[in-house]
Amino acid sequence: MGFSLSIFHKISDYQWEIPASYRHDLRVPVRFLATRKVLEAALDDLSVEQALNAATLPGLAGPVVIMPDMHQGYGFPIGGVAAMLYPQGVISPGAIGYDINCGVRLLASAVPFEAAAPLLDKLSAALDSACPSGVGAKGALHLTDADLSAVCRQGAAWAVKKGLGSAADLRRAEDGGALDGADPTRLSARARERGREQLGTVGSGNHFVEVAVVSDILDPAAAQTLGLFPGCLTLMIHCGSRGLGHQVCTDYVHDFQSAVQRYGIQLPDRELVCAPLNSPEGQAYLAAMRAAANYAFCNRQILAHNARQAFEQVFAGRVRHAELQPVYDITHNMGKIETHLIDGQNVKVCVHRKGATRAFGPGAPGLPPEYQSLGQPVLVPGSMGTESWVLVGQSASMDLTYGSCCHGAGRVMSRSQAKRTVRGDALKRQLEDSGIQIRAGSLSGLAEEAPQAYKDVQMVVETVVGAGIARQVARLRPVAVIKG
Amino acid sequence: MKKTTAGYREISHTADWALQVWAPDLSGLLVQAARGMTALLDLQLAEAPRLEHLLTLDAADPESLLVSFLTEILYINEQEHLGFDAFQVSLDGLHLEARLWGAPVTTQRKEIKAVTYHQLAIQTTPHGLETTLVFDV
Repeated sequence: MGFSLSIFHKISDYQWEIPASYRHDLRVPVRFLATRKVLEAALDDLSVEQALNAATLPGLAGPVVIMPDMHQGYGFPIGGVAAMLYPQGVISPGAIGYDINCGVRLLASAVPFEAAAPLLDKLSAALDSACPSGVGAKGALHLTDADLSAVCRQGAAWAVKKGLGSAADLRRAEDGGALDGADPTRLSARARERGREQLGTVGSGNHFVEVAVVSDILDPAAAQTLGLFPGCLTLMIHCGSRGLGHQVCTDYVHDFQSAVQRYGIQLPDRELVCAPLNSPEGQAYLAAMRAAANYAFCNRQILAHNARQAFEQVFAGRVRHAELQPVYDITHNMGKIETHLIDGQNVKVCVHRKGATRAFGPGAPGLPPEYQSLGQPVLVPGSMGTESWVLVGQSASMDLTYGSCCHGAGRVMSRSQAKRTVRGDALKRQLEDSGIQIRAGSLSGLAEEAPQAYKDVQMVVETVVGAGIARQVARLRPVAVIKG
Repeated sequence: MKKTTAGYREISHTADWALQVWAPDLSGLLVQAARGMTALLDLQLAEAPRLEHLLTLDAADPESLLVSFLTEILYINEQEHLGFDAFQVSLDGLHLEARLWGAPVTTQRKEIKAVTYHQLAIQTTPHGLETTLVFDV
């Protein structure tokens, strides 16, 4: 807190930078993708300080980059992207986050909203039942130890092999819904225990299942390729690796407290503890993080299957074309080995994205063949009362942000203030009056997630589009939200 | 507002939850932190059966002991569906022995993903010790 706009060097209307010379311990500059308005709003919390602290990590390959949905988190701010030289740089569990591979999956249908509207209440109830959410929610699957290891190795493919999805689901997911190099033996007994009963659950906090209508299409050709039809229903799932992932991060943040001493690493925040990627500690975390990431991919796959069954249960015999087709599945909290052009050279790096998504441009490796000419879909949820956006990554993201983009609207109001100023029951009524069905496990939790606690998603999207890292395809208007 | 000798209060944090905690000594600080975290979880406990849970921990430094202690309580809460409303902590250096009293959880409205080390430093004040904890939610 206490930063002034004067410390930022303006590069363009959408890019600002704090030079490495600002503080003696900074190894690289910090670049903010923001308009003046976005930046001014960020001065009110600790996000700038947290971004500066991340710029002290050893082995950074280039500037730390902060997205316009930035806000204060712990260690690294939400909306942060950092590229560490591989393998001599470090990996920091706290700079990736506790909810490893928290992410978003979008599915689309050809069901017109008008046909679905009379059944929306039934659909909300069916989704609420099919996608367990809230504190202590357990999934219908009870995994053996061998099952859990297979989930952590195979990711979404584990569910597809069991008939809970299709090959298209895997093709239309970041990394095909599974990261190579996952090693379930790197998980603690506690992580395994916590993961055993939570597969196929949404969780709480800002996680949700949302039915929306494609309200605006800005790029008809791209929308058609993505399977988005004007006026038709979509379904978005936001969740992650549940207790298994939280435990992986807890375990390794704890272990790395001593690792930083062994490797002589000094940091301004103990939450940023790290270990060299080529050290036994770094390799162990990388393998455990990938196992947790695969659990999260599988979690969203199972929830997508359950949501499809809910659609079928409600719409069968009443509405045609009720199938939910995959649009894409993207990840938010991850460390990934990628190659980026840095200072004119192709450099292998471990990109830490915390509350930020990958957003590769057209022609990038790893995109499904049908999306090669478009770029990677980028899914930007707003808040439960406001629009969400479907964007596609542009080539400039490779130059400016290590192929990354914003992950949502970003919070602007603290949870404590939201609880003081918003009544959960009144908010529920207000949202329902505006045509949005709400199923919430906790009214106080609902209040913490009130739309007014979030930034204007339009402003965030305009910033990434203005910076040239993504372009708009479609806008989604929420009509039913299931929250824990 | 004048502070009591030991206590906790929720402070503003944009994305997560933060608690300011103070007490005359480290064992008191651990107890206040556990009480504060329990309040954030918004638990309702069954009237019976009352249960006692014993906990033993060692840590490299006071901040790690605080994180480990709270993390243990969260793990028991999630795995055994127990909540605690009374805490007794004995310390021998950085060796902790704690007795937790509580009961099965009947309703729980909030979940904490993790206790973080974010800027965690236990400060000495004229009245004892004070710190700020950030919880990922």
